[in-house]
Amino acid sequence: MVGKPVPKVDGAGKVTGQAVYADDIDLPRMLHCKILRAQLPHARILSVDTSAARRIPGVKAVITGQDLPIRFGILPVTQDEAALEGEKVRYVGDPLAAVAAIDEETAAAACDAIKVEYQELKPVMSIEAALKEAADEPIQSYPKRSDNIHRMVSYEFGDVAAGFARADHVREDVFFFQGSTHLPMEQHSAVATYAGGRVTLWSSTQVVHYVHRALSKVLELPMSRIRVIGAAHGGGFGGKTDPFAHEIVVAKLAMLTGRPVKCTLTREEVFYAHRGRHPVLMWVKTGVTRDGRVTAMHFRSALDGGAYGSYGAASIFYTGTLQTVTYDIPAYKFEGARVFTNKAPCGPKRGHGTPQPRFAVEMHLEKIAREIGLEPVELKRRNFVKPFSRAVNWLRITSCGLEECTEKVLTASGYANRKRQPGRGMGFAISTYMSGAGTAIYWNDMPHSEVQLKVDRTGVTLFCGAMDIGQGSDSVLAQIAAEELGLEARDIHLVTADTDTTPIDLGSYSSRVTFMAGNAAVEAARKMRALLVAAVAERMGVTDLEEIDVADGRVGEFSFEDASVLAEEKFGALASAGSYKPPRIGGPFKGSGVGPSPAYSYSACVVQVAADARTGIVTVERVWIAHDIGRAINPLLVEGQVEGSVYMALGEALMEEQVYRQGLHKWPSMLEYKSPTFLETPEMHTFLVETDDPEGPYGAKEAGQGPLLPVIPAVNLALQDALGVWIDEIPVTPEKVLRALEAKAKGEPPRFGPRGFPSVPYPEPILVEPPDPADLRVGDELELAFPMKGGGPPSAGAGRSPSPPGPPRAPRVR
Amino acid sequence: MRSELDRPVQRELTRLRVNGEDLELYLPVHKTLLEVLREDLKLTGTKHGCELGECGTCTVLVDGEPQLSCLLLPLQAEGRELTTVEGLAEGAAPHPLQVAFAELGAAQCGYCTPGILLAAKALLVRDPRPSRDGIKEALAGNLCRCTGYVKIIEAVELAAERMS
Repeated sequence: MVGKPVPKVDGAGKVTGQAVYADDIDLPRMLHCKILRAQLPHARILSVDTSAARRIPGVKAVITGQDLPIRFGILPVTQDEAALEGEKVRYVGDPLAAVAAIDEETAAAACDAIKVEYQELKPVMSIEAALKEAADEPIQSYPKRSDNIHRMVSYEFGDVAAGFARADHVREDVFFFQGSTHLPMEQHSAVATYAGGRVTLWSSTQVVHYVHRALSKVLELPMSRIRVIGAAHGGGFGGKTDPFAHEIVVAKLAMLTGRPVKCTLTREEVFYAHRGRHPVLMWVKTGVTRDGRVTAMHFRSALDGGAYGSYGAASIFYTGTLQTVTYDIPAYKFEGARVFTNKAPCGPKRGHGTPQPRFAVEMHLEKIAREIGLEPVELKRRNFVKPFSRAVNWLRITSCGLEECTEKVLTASGYANRKRQPGRGMGFAISTYMSGAGTAIYWNDMPHSEVQLKVDRTGVTLFCGAMDIGQGSDSVLAQIAAEELGLEARDIHLVTADTDTTPIDLGSYSSRVTFMAGNAAVEAARKMRALLVAAVAERMGVTDLEEIDVADGRVGEFSFEDASVLAEEKFGALASAGSYKPPRIGGPFKGSGVGPSPAYSYSACVVQVAADARTGIVTVERVWIAHDIGRAINPLLVEGQVEGSVYMALGEALMEEQVYRQGLHKWPSMLEYKSPTFLETPEMHTFLVETDDPEGPYGAKEAGQGPLLPVIPAVNLALQDALGVWIDEIPVTPEKVLRALEAKAKGEPPRFGPRGFPSVPYPEPILVEPPDPADLRVGDELELAFPMKGGGPPSAGAGRSPSPPGPPRAPRVR
Repeated sequence: MRSELDRPVQRELTRLRVNGEDLELYLPVHKTLLEVLREDLKLTGTKHGCELGECGTCTVLVDGEPQLSCLLLPLQAEGRELTTVEGLAEGAAPHPLQVAFAELGAAQCGYCTPGILLAAKALLVRDPRPSRDGIKEALAGNLCRCTGYVKIIEAVELAAERMS
């Protein structure tokens, strides 16, 4: 079963229209909900008058901020959202009031009848503006600052000054990555019921558990009185990983009216719900020796977070932490800051915080290579990290197929011998990504994934909290159980993403499900297999359990069903469970919890473009991508993830951007927010590299996010190859290409991009002594050798605000 | 919007033929075909991504031609043959396109799938062995965010091969 390209277990439901998505749910007496949202980007709410709305026939309930005063947020440190804002609004689209009515038209009319009086505040719409003193008041008050900086971090791993001193060549560059949004085909939707004192919510979410927690907090109900069920999922890409206002609102309205309530966002609302890619301004300085070895790197980022925290405290770290997992950087300094602006909140989008620095670093190294007269691919290769090593910031690298991936795409594309001709070019880039975060979002010692199995005469049922968002996690779980029990994937009945019936899984984000739920499934299935084998061996009079084959629907000389009867006779009800919790991996310093993963995937990519110097239009013709998946449990699904990642990257590289004009989204429609269609689909060549990770299930690692990362810089570098201009900004639009060509024609540097990096009051860095690169210890062994200083959780989520400028307070390690 | 509610709703007896079944419905004239299919006929296989005619998700066949159900009024579809994804299979036997899409992983989240299946069906009726460019052209009005379109193109090719 493992390694076979079997069709997805939920394929039939999806091609026949039978899969039930949240908006397809239609319950008796169901009411429809509309949410009134702010029309101003920044304003104090003086009054909300709902009296006219309440008088409209068909309106059953109207609620405002007063009804849901408890704040929530995905990270414990940023509980800064209200389901309905009562005091101020911070972006166009901020929820203010909600109506439940007999139909959507009535609910919308009632929203229109709500009168809101505002006191307008000056909106803050850029990183530069956010770094300055607020004109009237900061967007959020909790950072307790007079500007709009949300959080800052600063780390120095090893002696960076000494690293630069020993370099033969040092270069600085500035880059900007404009944010983009997920644009799932399905709008967010949720349906709630309230009966017998219990709330049941069906939602299009990537994480039922986080929605469960937020509902419990805001509704002040114990978790035992709430059930969250993941409906069939119409696409997330990170955009449905936060708990959302509409999920809380429909639950509250169901409690008030005693009737089911549904809320489906309009496409425009989805653009404003966002939580997408942060716009990030980046400055990077790197020192190299004459032969291209990196001696030190200093990386600064400034993230435009939008109006709320979301995952932002972690996003800051992700713009800095993974640089060391692709290239061996002996000394590394990272300073990061996130600011609040009056825009829709940013959060995790496929690659969470890492596509931006990946673009910057790949471009930057290419520039360095050209300057010192080294072939850029060669310079990059000389600095590749080694498998089974520990990076300067303590991240532990296990299996690593960077070299193999690089070799595959270089050979297949003929990169080295490409024909040099104006208007056509190739670009090469690499990347890495986590197979799940090593630390939970909120501090706890519990498993990150659990799987339960039930076996009886109806067959095998697998229970797991994981949410299949289309990536195929249900299929992977079924294949693993089938592999261990000698069955076919279709023989495994699945119950997933239902907080009443399934054990915990932290959801579909962070590329964690195959690795973590997969490992839990392996454990549960092996325990079940042992029960079946023991019963069959006893009946067969065999003492050596190894002699009992479990394959092809048989256990020894019995059919699976007969074996299950024997086992049930011997042991009673047949149930087994497995759990997975990553070991402690991060170094002994505060903030080391963001970045560690039990395994990293690797990718390499070559892109070929045609670029027209007259129009600035870049056309991607061919993409070669190799992905180190560890082990493909289902190669068909892995390919699907790789191809989907390439596609999403091409959109980001060339056209997608979430930008604003006077507080309003410039393009909140699917027509004007440009995304690639069938017509823009290039020829794609996908190679899977298998490196058998020692800790992954059957050696597997992630596939859903890593392959997006190298594509963006590879497109940009291919354009550079074609036209000789540097576009140090994403997306690479025709206008930017033309402006760079104009500069080139005038004899100016052939470049388009940010001119400089603003002054950011980063704190003094936490100084961290690098580990021994050969020290691979994790878990208790690591804890014993290097106890976590200061106690408490090693995660950004549970950490406190960074220390103010001044002498470093964190202890020097070792 | 309030004026919308104040305005008397005009209703018309509307005769529709959907997936081979003749139906008589008393419908508000302003309700879109998409809404009628999903809400009145409970044919929720037809999805929606924008309700503005931009994404192709709500595609249905009208007399065999792909049309956006979010931009059609039921009265415009009177006397015409409507096909939704629920009408693709022959009884319990799925259409070759459905088989190929499931087999090749052309449906990831599956939300755009019904619309694309119908657009692809219209293509294969018109051109039983379409070229790759022909497939891209025919499906260009349907957005998909999961697959990168590659497996969808391959699935249409596979179905075309099996059907001819």
